[in-house]
Amino acid sequence: MSHDHDHDHSELSEIELRVRALETLLTDKGYIDPPALDELIETYETRIGPKNGARVVARSWIDPEYRQRLMSDATAAIAEFGFTGRQGEHMVAVENTPDTHNMVVCTLCSCYPWTVLGLPPVWYKSAPYRSRTVRDPRGVLAEFGVTLPKETQIKVWDSTAEVRYLVVPMRPAGTDGWSEDKLAELVVRDSMIGTALALDPAKLETAA
Amino acid sequence: MNGAQDLGGQMGFGPIEIEENEPNFHAKWEERAFALTLAMGMTSSWNIDTSRHARETLHPVDYLSSSYYEIWTKGLEKLLLNAGLVSAEELKAGAALGPAAPVKRIAKAEDVATILAKGGPADRPQTQPARFKVGDKVRTKRMHPEGHTRLPRYARDCIGVIEAVHGVHVFPDSNAAGKGEAPTWLYNVTFRGTDVWGEDSDPTLTLQIDLWEPYLDLA
Repeated sequence: MSHDHDHDHSELSEIELRVRALETLLTDKGYIDPPALDELIETYETRIGPKNGARVVARSWIDPEYRQRLMSDATAAIAEFGFTGRQGEHMVAVENTPDTHNMVVCTLCSCYPWTVLGLPPVWYKSAPYRSRTVRDPRGVLAEFGVTLPKETQIKVWDSTAEVRYLVVPMRPAGTDGWSEDKLAELVVRDSMIGTALALDPAKLETAA
Repeated sequence: MNGAQDLGGQMGFGPIEIEENEPNFHAKWEERAFALTLAMGMTSSWNIDTSRHARETLHPVDYLSSSYYEIWTKGLEKLLLNAGLVSAEELKAGAALGPAAPVKRIAKAEDVATILAKGGPADRPQTQPARFKVGDKVRTKRMHPEGHTRLPRYARDCIGVIEAVHGVHVFPDSNAAGKGEAPTWLYNVTFRGTDVWGEDSDPTLTLQIDLWEPYLDLA
């Protein structure tokens, strides 16, 4: 028996064995229906993710009446796209302006607006981000490559309740006349958490 | 509780590890741990506050040295034991050794989309007037409950201003303890960074924290 290969499939890690045992037990007991597990994974892998939020933001950039609805009742405005439910039951949209930058964190666990952003990245759930964002947001932003003017007011939203926050980044200059779909490509996930700005349109055109 | 989960303002965790084009899951077992947790949540054998409390009551060393889905797995095992759905022997054996306990719902694949789209709203009917209004100056309580709470340590005994009145929401401190939903008014409160962290704080920082009425007094 060889132990040379860390990823040898015959040697499962402790946590792999633990999760496998749990699934077997819960299936044996009849508490879960295994196809429902596959469906849950498939849903968040393919249907619910940050492209949802990008559509909401892009619409708010081109449609002032939609923007009004989003700012006054985000849950209803987001539901216009059919994005409702789990971890998005009570939505609030917070808008970045030249004077104010918003960032979202959950210091106590990992609350995140799933309906519009999907599942949170590892860094969002990690101790470095959760500990530091409320105290040193500019230091955190620097690690994401974002530097704001020193007079910009920074609002950090700590998601302590079932209210979920969606940051609406500023629309980049040089995007006049762009379609909603094209604008949505600028709205990267991190810009809706507040750890990035919307993409520079020049960069998108280089990439395309 | 003052557990390892209450991370706001703690120091020494080092830089943030950012992964470009990060996948949702980094291994098959993470997918299964995620789906098991959601599917068992759909049996309604506990509530979201109980499940958060199950995770935060992991030993601090265990909590801080576990990955996110490891924390979920360990939390799920605890919830299953506490709800009497499995025994410790069964967890060890990875097999059923006795009959199942009744659960309220077993989600089928075709139910998943509907259940997710419905979610679990936390707002409840208003039965008494809100104690505070927008603009009121409030002070958060100095408190250190051993049970679940959503008032982070860094924001205790601090002066803030009511920014928004969200409505009446389930009160986690009660709900996590199995003492009922005890719905109460929920507010968003603005704190100046300097009022939380002292004069060394970034002067442009404000913190916006959602807090329930029992955490607050007029200042």
